[in-house]
Amino acid sequence: MRIACPFCGERENGEFTYLGDASPKRPNFAVDSGESPGGVEDAFYDYVYLRDNVAGYMREYWYHGGGCRSWLIAERNTVTHEFRSVTAAPGVGAAKPVQAGE
Amino acid sequence: MKYSIFSLAKAALSGHKGWTRAWRDPAPKSHYDVVIIGGGGHGLATAYFLANEYGIRNVAVLEKGWIGSGNAGRNTTIIRSNYGLPGNTGFYEMSMKLWERMEQDLNYNAMVSQRGIINLYHSDAQRDAFARRGNTMRINGIDAELLDAAQIRKELPFLNYDSPRFPIMGGLMQRRGGTARHDAVVWGYARAADQRGVDIIQNCEVTGFVRDHNGKVTGVETSRGKISAGKVGMAVAGNTSRVAAMAGMKLPIESHVLQAFVSEAIKPLIPGVITFGAGHFYISQSDKGGLVFGGDLDGYNSYAQRGNMPVVEDVCEGGMAVMPMIGRVRMLRQWGGIMDMSMDGTPIIDKTPIDGLYLNAGWCYGGFKATPASGLVFAHLLARDEPHPEAARFRLDRFRRGAMIDEKGQGAQPNLH
Repeated sequence: MRIACPFCGERENGEFTYLGDASPKRPNFAVDSGESPGGVEDAFYDYVYLRDNVAGYMREYWYHGGGCRSWLIAERNTVTHEFRSVTAAPGVGAAKPVQAGE
Repeated sequence: MKYSIFSLAKAALSGHKGWTRAWRDPAPKSHYDVVIIGGGGHGLATAYFLANEYGIRNVAVLEKGWIGSGNAGRNTTIIRSNYGLPGNTGFYEMSMKLWERMEQDLNYNAMVSQRGIINLYHSDAQRDAFARRGNTMRINGIDAELLDAAQIRKELPFLNYDSPRFPIMGGLMQRRGGTARHDAVVWGYARAADQRGVDIIQNCEVTGFVRDHNGKVTGVETSRGKISAGKVGMAVAGNTSRVAAMAGMKLPIESHVLQAFVSEAIKPLIPGVITFGAGHFYISQSDKGGLVFGGDLDGYNSYAQRGNMPVVEDVCEGGMAVMPMIGRVRMLRQWGGIMDMSMDGTPIIDKTPIDGLYLNAGWCYGGFKATPASGLVFAHLLARDEPHPEAARFRLDRFRRGAMIDEKGQGAQPNLH
């Protein structure tokens, strides 16, 4: 498996670290938002623990620690290991924009 | 046919032409009391215990390929019960006790060999952690011995004791641990379940669930037609999320690839199972002579049953660090299996929120050693509708309740367990 980093070009996957599915979004929750505690708990349970675990193309986070040290989002087929696209992850490393839903 | 020294002698005298098939190949019936999806070790053991312990004999095991073609045939055959957390200690020790009598129970040679497993330690901190785990095991009635380097050197003289980076200071030994022949476990349970009336239906892929107007699961759609069922149990580790998705369920599981390796066959060298404590590497020697070894997950979600080179390199580096002479042996085969990685590294055996559907999943890479106990507790759950006392903590809702059983302390990051 080789990953085409948008900054460094095609590199072997040993240079990269995997985080996982890029689709779960941290629930946008503020203490005074007035949301029911049960609803917030459900949303966090879903975000932290539940996964679609897709068989097929999946959007996922990779970190290019052995190269440009950028966070990337790849679309990769979990059944064939084939990559469809690799792009820089928007807002990664900046906690606030991600919390606001990107 | 009951297997014994006499049946073997009789068959030998007639040129081994008298052996009959070990289990039937029935066509699926239209209804079963229990349908188990997945003809691996766990599914077949469940069927055996349902028929043998709980008197439920109208049972089918559905397998999409041939039995034992998934992880039951892809593991590194290690059995052990050296766990440290409540929930795990009792469960895995029950499994070890079932391994110890399995061959008599099944009338089948599963080549269970209690040749010992040693976890090496390489630092003072690691020794303390292993001492604590060993004490936990002994308090729970499980055998454990903390050995120092001199004691290990007598049994395993070939290890790299004086490495400047990873000196071997000692190890935690479980002498009742060891290995078993993985395929024979599958075949033994298949034969014993079949003898008790269970239908083992191969090449029968489940393509959907049949639900009634209340949403209760009342059967399965398969590539060999519709089969109605009183209860449906899933034992499809690796593909759990895919099968659960057919019922509209999302689970705390990711599928990851784990690679394993076998060297060319050599004369007897390694007496038991050895694990390296400064990296992730474990090794044993099969009765055929091949060195069987493995290490970490590749780390990314995969259903491909094959891995990539960085982990091959990493595993071989671990082997060279702990046992440099392994470098003179050629690698013969390497393969990958798909692990159900749960969010805390511990299995899930529970009723699902859907009536009539039961779940046995999340085995991470520890499923083989659990085969007998997993079958027993899942059969108990299916028969009685309540968890077996030894599996009472392996509930699906434990993540929501904050009652995780995280042996490795990694949190909800499945590729690190």
